[in-house]
Amino acid sequence: MLRSWQAEMIKLVKRPATWLLLVLALLLALLFTYLFPYASYAGGTGGPNSDRTLPMLLPEQLVGNSLGGLPVFLGAIVLILGVLTVGGEYGWGTWKTLLTQGPTRLATYAGKLLALAVAALVLVLSLFATGAATSVVIAGVESQPVAWPSVADLAVGLGAGWLIATMWAMLGALLAIALRGVALPIGLGLVWMLAVQNLLAVIAAPLLDWVAEAQKGLPGPNAGSLVAALGATGDTPGVAAVVGGGQAALVIGGYLLAFVAAGGLLLHRRDIL
Amino acid sequence: MQPPVQTTGLTKRYGGLTAVRDLDLTVRAGEVYGFLGPNGAGKTTTLRMLLGLIRPTSGAVRVFGARPGEPGHLGSVGALIEGPAFYPYLSGRDNLRLLARYAGTGAHRVPVVLDLVDLTDRAGDRYATYSLGMKQRLGVAAALLKDPRLLILDEPTNGLDPAGMADMRALIRRLGAGGCTVLLSSHLLGEVQQICDRVGVVSKGQLVAESSVAELRGAAALRVMAEPLDRAEVLARALLGDDRVRVVDGALELAVGPQRAAAVNAELVGAGVAVSELRLRERDLEDVFLELTSGGLTHVA
Ligand SMILES: Nc1ncnc2c1ncn2[C@@H]1O[C@H](COP(=O)(O)OP(=O)(O)OP(=O)(O)O)[C@@H](O)[C@H]1O
Ligand SMILES: [Mg+2]
Repeated sequence: MLRSWQAEMIKLVKRPATWLLLVLALLLALLFTYLFPYASYAGGTGGPNSDRTLPMLLPEQLVGNSLGGLPVFLGAIVLILGVLTVGGEYGWGTWKTLLTQGPTRLATYAGKLLALAVAALVLVLSLFATGAATSVVIAGVESQPVAWPSVADLAVGLGAGWLIATMWAMLGALLAIALRGVALPIGLGLVWMLAVQNLLAVIAAPLLDWVAEAQKGLPGPNAGSLVAALGATGDTPGVAAVVGGGQAALVIGGYLLAFVAAGGLLLHRRDIL
Repeated sequence: MQPPVQTTGLTKRYGGLTAVRDLDLTVRAGEVYGFLGPNGAGKTTTLRMLLGLIRPTSGAVRVFGARPGEPGHLGSVGALIEGPAFYPYLSGRDNLRLLARYAGTGAHRVPVVLDLVDLTDRAGDRYATYSLGMKQRLGVAAALLKDPRLLILDEPTNGLDPAGMADMRALIRRLGAGGCTVLLSSHLLGEVQQICDRVGVVSKGQLVAESSVAELRGAAALRVMAEPLDRAEVLARALLGDDRVRVVDGALELAVGPQRAAAVNAELVGAGVAVSELRLRERDLEDVFLELTSGGLTHVA
């Protein structure tokens, strides 16, 4: 499994798409978390809540700000990475090449998932790092004091972010295995994350009690609740405290394991064509 | 020692279609075994089952005594199944290094196998830019990476130019001579004829013949062009017996070996028949193949 993991890391690092996704994720996070709000504050177009904008952009809010995108749009990017990493083997027909090298299917699968978990950690660390740098610059420009979150808060935030990102990556991997490819899993995954989840939360849940209840069991709203509990603002799509943070973390962990298990089972049992 | 490949009652069904039916196949250590059959006969399906890529519906597979999925099952097996598949964004060399890492063999074999398939010059280029033949060569190189004791090649000369095909045959013969067991599938009879010690012919998922190339081709015959033909036929029947003489395409076909040629000639010429041609006719493997794979189940021992 260690050999497979090393090999998967090499593939991930040498694949241009990986870096494109990372850069895209960081760019989106910076734009929506810091640059657009700051531009509106600096231009005085922030509306009635303008005085609340600046404090939200300072280093003290680093944890919440870095996590806010993970329930939806950053999560979507990690999902794409998960699909690419696993689905690419179907698209190129390389499963047969890999699986005749020696390691078992499950060892190869485990190597892949481990590499995805590392990629998710790198993404979350990068989000925190770029967020920290940006907020320090904003604090400097606006002559605000620089106060950091406590080490404990940072650690919990990083852990939560990693958990959520890994869960989405595993969903991507599962979709790729289930649908044996790249295009359809990405398409369906994005429709689910960007459209269906939103429609459920915004339209169906307020109308129907049972949808509102059922939502509490879905991965997206739980991710939203977890990051909300850690300080992400409710302005970001998908961020809403529908359940408590602890419960949300457990549910997300449960989904992560379920995705991993389902993907492993399918890969183990099905024929490789 | 366990045979490199042994299947018993191997069967694979896809819905109503039986791709492989009750196949008993044994490949002996050190031989080059040709797995021959027309399109859709079940060759690739069988090879995939050997490698554990697909699960048999019933029956068993043993590779050096190990079942697919057991540790060590693929430890000394190199394979190229139904066309090469690699990562397009990596160079040929990096693709091989990556596979060496999965296999745990270390990268020292990479330059060796690149050289064997004559791809060293282009090894640094991205796989996506390779021509069909270059991809095929890389596929064979990857199969050789483990320095395998059993090499499974599914139509290895696919996409190669004539020189490349000749090189590939030479390489396979060399590997076979070096003690590597080779199981190769093909529908090119000439190829199999040139490099294989033994062949198995599959048709519609069943093994219809298994033997050495010489046995499969069967006994030689004499072909005689003579004038007048009917007179020649009567004389030949008298000399050799009725069941050894046939008229095929305006010539006599005599089911006897070359040692009788002189006697036949003397008999005909002595009786005033003009013999314009008398030559040894080996039964073409092509004919045997078509006969075996089109009609019913002819068993050649
Ligand atoms: N995944 C599948 N689902 C359904 N049928 C399949 C599948 N794979 C193979 N078959 C069928 O099984 C039969 C044997 O196919 P196989 O690929 O083993 O043939 P082959 O001998 O390798 O032929 P070729 O010389 O064309 O490569 C064919 O009829 C094929 O259509
Ligand atoms: Mg085939």
